[in-house]
Amino acid sequence: MSSIISISNLTKVYQRDKQEIRVLNNISLEIAQGDFVALMGPSGSGKTTLLNIIAGIDRPSSGNIIVADTQIASLSETELAKWRSRHIGFIFQFYNLIPVLTAYENVELPLMLTPLSKSERRSQVELALNVVGLGDRMHHYPKQLSGGQEQRVAIARAIASDPDIFVADEPTGDLDRVSAEEILTLLDRLNKEFGKTIVMVTHDPYAAKRAHTTHHLEKGDLLQEESKL
Amino acid sequence: MSMIKLIAKNSFRHTLRVILTIVGISIAVLAFGLLRTVVTAWSAGVAASSPNRLVTRQAVSFIFTLPYAYKDKIAAIPGIDQVSYFNWFAGTYIDKNQFFARVACDPETLFKVYPEYQLSSNEKAKFMSERNACILGIETAKRYNVKIGDIMNIDGDIYPGKWQFVVRGIYTPRTKSDDATQMFFHWNYLNERMKSDYPNRADEIGWYVIKIKDAAASATISQRIDNLFKNSRAETKSETEGQFQQGFVASSGAIIGAINIMSYLIIGIILLVLCNTMIMTARERTREYAVLKTLGFTGKHLFTFIAGEALIISCIGALIGLSSLIPIVQGFESVLPKGWFPVFNIENSTYVMAGSSALLVGIIASIVPIYRALNTRIVDGLRFNG
Repeated sequence: MSSIISISNLTKVYQRDKQEIRVLNNISLEIAQGDFVALMGPSGSGKTTLLNIIAGIDRPSSGNIIVADTQIASLSETELAKWRSRHIGFIFQFYNLIPVLTAYENVELPLMLTPLSKSERRSQVELALNVVGLGDRMHHYPKQLSGGQEQRVAIARAIASDPDIFVADEPTGDLDRVSAEEILTLLDRLNKEFGKTIVMVTHDPYAAKRAHTTHHLEKGDLLQEESKL
Repeated sequence: MSMIKLIAKNSFRHTLRVILTIVGISIAVLAFGLLRTVVTAWSAGVAASSPNRLVTRQAVSFIFTLPYAYKDKIAAIPGIDQVSYFNWFAGTYIDKNQFFARVACDPETLFKVYPEYQLSSNEKAKFMSERNACILGIETAKRYNVKIGDIMNIDGDIYPGKWQFVVRGIYTPRTKSDDATQMFFHWNYLNERMKSDYPNRADEIGWYVIKIKDAAASATISQRIDNLFKNSRAETKSETEGQFQQGFVASSGAIIGAINIMSYLIIGIILLVLCNTMIMTARERTREYAVLKTLGFTGKHLFTFIAGEALIISCIGALIGLSSLIPIVQGFESVLPKGWFPVFNIENSTYVMAGSSALLVGIIASIVPIYRALNTRIVDGLRFNG
């Protein structure tokens, strides 16, 4: 299967005062299209930084990264924003929904950047909310939803614009076991039914079991790969 | 959902804070409008003055008079169209607190030099034909409920004695900035009494108003008039009506200057109030802005969201402030001593200045939050816990 994410010799260094902190150390990684990958490791191991770089919301200090056939490190901020809106669906640990918008409006947000008509947007939003099982909660505000439902709205927001890759940062980290199970099942469906590539950062070995491949990071180094395929 | 809906929803997220900010802006806009109205009322005479009119007065002071005999000499100067003359009468009508300008005039030339005072031909004819007739500005007539045919008794002070006038006309001003409060009566009526009771005060004029044919010649004609009476017992000072009015305003220059400064300080206060709200708002939404950027919204979008929100708040504040301005100005005018300001209108320029200041403040107040939102890295924004 062809790689949708190709990383070679990627390094990320932060400057804090006069001290250099090496967060990612010469990472090379290939992720195939349609794969479901978990990134695991202790806190500070660099897994979220790697996820952020893959999603184009952070930049590497050196090395190459090609995502969805694009050398994302060379894009300008505006180009990168447009690229993200087309290719990346982001799922956050704390959902990050806009509290003054209904579930429908939150899901519609990324579609505001597309040339879709109002009725096309409506059908996309309704489809996305139905996929996550919240067709009957469209006009509820985030505070009227449970944590699991909020995360499902966040997933609907991520899938609404039909991106190639989903990046999920601890998507079950703030949920109880039942809700976490629902979210993992949903991610599984996106991967299996819709062929989406998923890269998920998690601390939870149970969540990681759903992935086809698990990569472990420690102190910025990529350790071993576990494949279940 | 449109961008506007999103901006509007965000604007009222913290209802109490936004309401307090809007109230603050409204009060500031109102205070700005009121102060500007006072400043423009103070300068109304200057604004209403005509470039075609000269005023000639005694060179030493306005309170000294000029001989009536100057009239024909002035009229003989080339470039002069009309010469009219006036005396400040003052006096007491009802009681000393009832102020409006009472002026002795030459009825024949009054309307030729002041065409902005409009009177029907019938009233004009009656005014001219009766020795003790007077005309009133419509504002004063309304204020005292005086009608045509009524008698007005005035106790003289500069010109002592009991004076009785019959109202024969009520003039209306051509524009809102023209004085509609004055009382005019026959100079001859005044002069005849002076001749009989105070002969040494007869044939004296307070000031001449001269209508010239070409405004561009005002300086030359003024000079010629003043040269004509140089080294006489009553030297003259001639200037355009605007300069003459400006002289009155200049005597209150420090007060007007202070009011002007206050009005602009108020704009500064609006700016601080809105800046404070916008900075707090943007800081609280640091994470949301990062999420929006993650979703693909660009700097241009964030600029629209933040500036739009600031503009919505400032515009609502400005609208409320401006719509309250008319009743507040009317209320303010009613508590001022009557006749203090002959013209007390809200100028269109006041609305424009107040409204555009509020818009400008909205834009300026969003600069810092926009700068911060654009310069916060997404990963830092996502970690923000405000």
